[in-house]
Amino acid sequence: MTVLLFYVAAAVAIVATLLTITRTNIAHALLYLVVSLLSIAVIFYMIGAPLAGALEVIVYAGAIMVLFVFVIMMLNAGKPTEDQERAWLANTSWRGPALLCAILLAEMLTLLSGGIGGHVSTHVSAKEVGILLYGPYLLAVELASMLLLAGLIGAYHLGREDNVEERPKS
Amino acid sequence: MNTAILIATVLICLLSLAALLIWLERRLLGIWQDRLGPNRVGFLGLGQVVADMIKIFTKEDWIPPFADKGIFILAPTIVVIAMLMAFAVVPFAPDTSISNLNIGLLFFLAMSSLAAYSVMLGGYASNNKYALLGSLRAAAQTVSYEVFMGLSLMGVVLLTGSFNMSDIVLAQKEHGWFVFSQFVGFIVFLVAGIAESHRLPFDLPEAEHEIVAGFHTEYSGMKFGLFFIGEYLGVALISAVITTLFFGGWLGPEFMPPLFWFCLKTFIFICFFVLLRAAVPRPRYDQLMMFGWKVMLPISLLNLLITAALTLARAS
Repeated sequence: MTVLLFYVAAAVAIVATLLTITRTNIAHALLYLVVSLLSIAVIFYMIGAPLAGALEVIVYAGAIMVLFVFVIMMLNAGKPTEDQERAWLANTSWRGPALLCAILLAEMLTLLSGGIGGHVSTHVSAKEVGILLYGPYLLAVELASMLLLAGLIGAYHLGREDNVEERPKS
Repeated sequence: MNTAILIATVLICLLSLAALLIWLERRLLGIWQDRLGPNRVGFLGLGQVVADMIKIFTKEDWIPPFADKGIFILAPTIVVIAMLMAFAVVPFAPDTSISNLNIGLLFFLAMSSLAAYSVMLGGYASNNKYALLGSLRAAAQTVSYEVFMGLSLMGVVLLTGSFNMSDIVLAQKEHGWFVFSQFVGFIVFLVAGIAESHRLPFDLPEAEHEIVAGFHTEYSGMKFGLFFIGEYLGVALISAVITTLFFGGWLGPEFMPPLFWFCLKTFIFICFFVLLRAAVPRPRYDQLMMFGWKVMLPISLLNLLITAALTLARAS
C-alpha cells in the first residue's frame, strides 16, 4: 500500500515539475510547482519525516510560493509574456540542461542499483530535529539567522521613506 | 470503518453548520443592531437557510470570458477543501478525532496557509482590477499574519511538549486552561485567526466600500457560495482550534458528555466572531499591516521568549 502511494505521489511530483518547466503561462507554472511541492511533502511524510513534510507545506507551499504568486500578480503578465516564454522554450535551449539532467539520472541509477541509501524506515520526530539543529548544527542556524537579519535590515532600508512630510499624517 | 463513519458525520455536520451559520450571523447581527433579522421563513426564520440554499444553487453561474477559466473554477474549491481537511486533526472528544496526527498543530497551520491560495487565485483569475487589488491585499495580509499565528501557538507547544492536539487538551487537565498561562498567545492567535479567515474587522480583501467586493467581484452562483461556505468553515475552524488549544477542548464538568463541552465552547467563539463584526469598524489597510508587524510580531516573540525561559527555569 505504502509503495503504491509512494509511486503515485512521485509520479504526480514528476509530472507537475515537468509541467512547471513547460508551461508558458507563469501563473499556471507556479501552480504546478505548488502541486509538486505538496506531493514531495506527502513523500516526506511517508518515509518517516512528518516534520519535514509539514514544514514543506507551511514554508514552501504556504509562504514562499504565495509570495511568488504575489509578485506574478503585480507584474500583470499578459499575452506578450507568454509569447516571450514560448520563444525561450526553443529546442536549442533544452540541450544543456537535458544533458546535465541525464548525467544526474545516470548517477542516481548507479547509486540505486548499488543498493546505497535505499529505503529508510526510521521516524524522525520534531524533538530530534530540534536537538540536532540547536546542538551540532548551531553554527548553521546562527549563520542563517544573521543572513535573515541582514535581509530584514536591507528590506527596511529600501522601504523607508526619506521625506515623510509630503505624506498626510496617518 | 469507524473512521469512515466519523468522517461522514463530521462532513455532514460541518457543511450544514456552515449553512446554518449564515442564518445565525444574520439573526445575531440583527439582535445586536436592534432589529429582527430574517425571522419570516419557518420557525425563528430557520427556513431561511433552505431558501438561501435553493437560491444559490439555482442562480446563474457565470464565468467571465476574460477570466483564466481553469484557475477561476479551481479557486473557490481550495478554501473549502483546506478548511475541511484541517478539521481532521481537531479532537472533538477523548479519542474522537479523524486523525490523531503527531504533528496535528503543524497540519492545521499548513492547511490554513494553503487556504490563502483560494482568495489569491480567485482574484488573479478574475482578470479584474478590483479583484486583483483584493487578492493582493489578501496575499500580504495572510502571509504576514501567518507568521505570528504560528509563533503565538509555540508557547502552548512548549508547555505541552507536543504538536499533538489531543496531548495539548490532556496537558490542560494538569496545567489548567492555557488561556491563563498563555493569555498573550491567546490574544495574538485570536487576532491572527480573524485576519486569516478575512472576517470583519480584517476583511480588507473584500472591503466593499473601496474595492466593490474584492476578490470575489466576478463570482456568482455556487462558486460565490463556496467562498462563503469556506469563510464560515474558517470561522468554525478557528473557534474549534481556540477551544482546543486555550480553553481545554472537551474538558469540562462530568455531568455532560465531553462532546457537549467542546461544541458549547466552539459555539461561544463563533458568536464572538459575529459580535466582532457588529462592534468593531474596519481599520485602514496600512494600519492593519503596521499593527501586524510592529505590535503583534514583537509581542508574540516576547511571549515565546518568556515562556521558553520559564519552562527552562522550572526544568532545571
